[in-house]
Amino acid sequence: MTTGYNFAYLNEQTKRMIRRALLKAVAIPGYQVPFASREMPMPYGWGTGGVQVTASILTPGDTLKVIDQGADDTTNAVSIRKFFVRTAGVATTEETEKASIIQTRHRVPEASLREDQILVYQVPIPEPLRFLEPRETETRKMHALEEYGIMHVKLYEDIARHGHIATAYAYPAKVNGRYVFDPSPIPKFDNPKLDDCAALQLFGAGREKRIYAVPPYTKVTSLDFEDHPFSVQKWEEPCALCGSTTTYLDEIILDDKGKRMFVCSDTDHCRKAQEKAA
Amino acid sequence: MTKPLLVAENISKYYDGRVACEKVNFELWPGEVLAIVGESGSGKTTLLKCLSMQIAPNAGRVLYSLRDGRTESLSDLSEAERRFLMRTDWGFVHQDPREGLRMGVSAGANVGERLMAVGERHYGRIRSTALDWLNRVEIAGDRIDESPRNYSGGMRQRLQIARNLVTAPRLVFMDEPTGGLDVSVQARLLDLLRGLVRTLGLSVVIVTHDLAVARLLSTRILVMQQGKVIETGLTDQVLEDPQAPYTQLLVSSVLQV
Repeated sequence: MTTGYNFAYLNEQTKRMIRRALLKAVAIPGYQVPFASREMPMPYGWGTGGVQVTASILTPGDTLKVIDQGADDTTNAVSIRKFFVRTAGVATTEETEKASIIQTRHRVPEASLREDQILVYQVPIPEPLRFLEPRETETRKMHALEEYGIMHVKLYEDIARHGHIATAYAYPAKVNGRYVFDPSPIPKFDNPKLDDCAALQLFGAGREKRIYAVPPYTKVTSLDFEDHPFSVQKWEEPCALCGSTTTYLDEIILDDKGKRMFVCSDTDHCRKAQEKAA
Repeated sequence: MTKPLLVAENISKYYDGRVACEKVNFELWPGEVLAIVGESGSGKTTLLKCLSMQIAPNAGRVLYSLRDGRTESLSDLSEAERRFLMRTDWGFVHQDPREGLRMGVSAGANVGERLMAVGERHYGRIRSTALDWLNRVEIAGDRIDESPRNYSGGMRQRLQIARNLVTAPRLVFMDEPTGGLDVSVQARLLDLLRGLVRTLGLSVVIVTHDLAVARLLSTRILVMQQGKVIETGLTDQVLEDPQAPYTQLLVSSVLQV
C-alpha cells in the first residue's frame, strides 16, 4: 500500500460530500443528484464517477471486485482494482459471492446479489433525455414535471426504422414509478436484474458530475409500447465454454474465415460453471 | 351563453424601457380567427409570445377558458399546467418549421410526439393516427419514416401543422406561417389552413405582415403600429375601408399584379 495518501485516495471532506449526495440519491430513487466531482488520476471515461463513489463507501474490511464488460481481467478492471489496492489496501476478489462492493462497467454480474452487497456503476452520460433534448435546463424541468413522452419518441423511431425496439444497451427505465433513468451502458439483458434487486445500486458519472441510485428492492420498469413489449437479447447457441443458455454471451471472432464462438461475458460465472461441470 | 376563449387585458411589454407592445385589449371567441398585422418591429410577435406565455408581460393579464369550464389567468397557472396546456389544448406554428419540428426524428415521430406526451403507449395506434394526419395535410403516407430534413419548405410547414393539430387543440398560435415560402406554395398552404380551421372549428391567433393572408384566413383583424393597436374590426371592413392613416398606407402599399 502506498503511503502519503488518505485511505482510498480521496480526502475525508470530499468523501463526506459524496456520501451526502449518495444519501440524497437513495432517498429519491432515480433522481440525478449533482455533486462536486473531483479530478481523479485517470481520464474521464475510465470510470472516474464509479471510482469516487467506491472510494467514498469503502471501508478497510471490504472486499472489492471490479469488472469491465463482465470480465475481471480487462484493462479498466485491472487498473481500478490496482488503484484501490495501492490507496486503500483492501482485499480484492474475482468471485461475485465473496465481494462486498462490486464496481462495474457495462454489465451486471450473472449471480444474483445479496442485501450485504453494493453494486457501483460507472456512467458516461446519466441523462436519458439527452438524445432528443440537448438543453440541461430543459431536461431538468422535464424530470421535475414528469414529462417523459419524448422517451417514447426514441423508441418509436427504433420501431419505425428497424421494425423492433433496437436500443440494446443503456435502455431507459422508470424507477419506483417516478424518475426515468439511464441504467448506464449495460445491455438491456441486464435491465430485469435491476428490478427488485436485493443489493444497493449506486451510479456515478464523473465528467457529468451526477450521482443516482436504486435502493434495494425497488421497482425498475423498462419502457416499452403495449404492442412492442420490452424483451431481452437471445442467442441461438449456448456458451462455448460452460454451455450456459441463460447468460449474456459475447461474440469472439476466431479467424478471418468467419469462424467465431459465443462465450459468457461474466468470466467469474463462466469459470464456476465449468468447474462445477468438471 | 358562450364565453370568449381568450381575453387579453392591458397587455404591455417593455424591453429596457422601450415599448414593444402597450395596453393591448381584445377578446377571442371560439372558432374565431384573429389576424394581428403590422410592419416589422410593431410588436406583433412580442404580443403573440405574451399571449402564449413564452414571455411574461410587464403589465396586464391573459384570461383563458379551460376545457373544464374554468376561466383562469394564465400567469396564475402552475408551470406544469401551462406546459400541459401547451402540449394539448394549444398549438404553436413557427415561421421557421425547424423551430417547431424535431429535425432529428422521422415525420411519424414528429406527429406522434404529442400523443406519446399525453400517455399513448400503443405503437400501432400512434402510427395510424400519424398516417391519417399526414394524409390530411397532403403529405404522402410512404414518406412517414423520412426525416423532415428531406422535406421541402412547404412540406415541413404542413408537417408542423399536423404535429400541432394531432391532439385536437382548441387554440392555435401562428407566427407568419407562410413567411419563408414562395407564392404558389403559400397559396396551397393557405387553402389547406383555411379548410382545417373551418372543419375543426379552431380558434386562431395569426401574426402576419401579409394582408392577403389576413384577408384569406381571418375573421377579425388587429392593426398594430409601434406597439399599440391602432385599428380593429372585421377583416373585410378594415381592409375595404381603413380608418387610421397608417392602415390606409398599409392597404394601399399592397402590390397589385
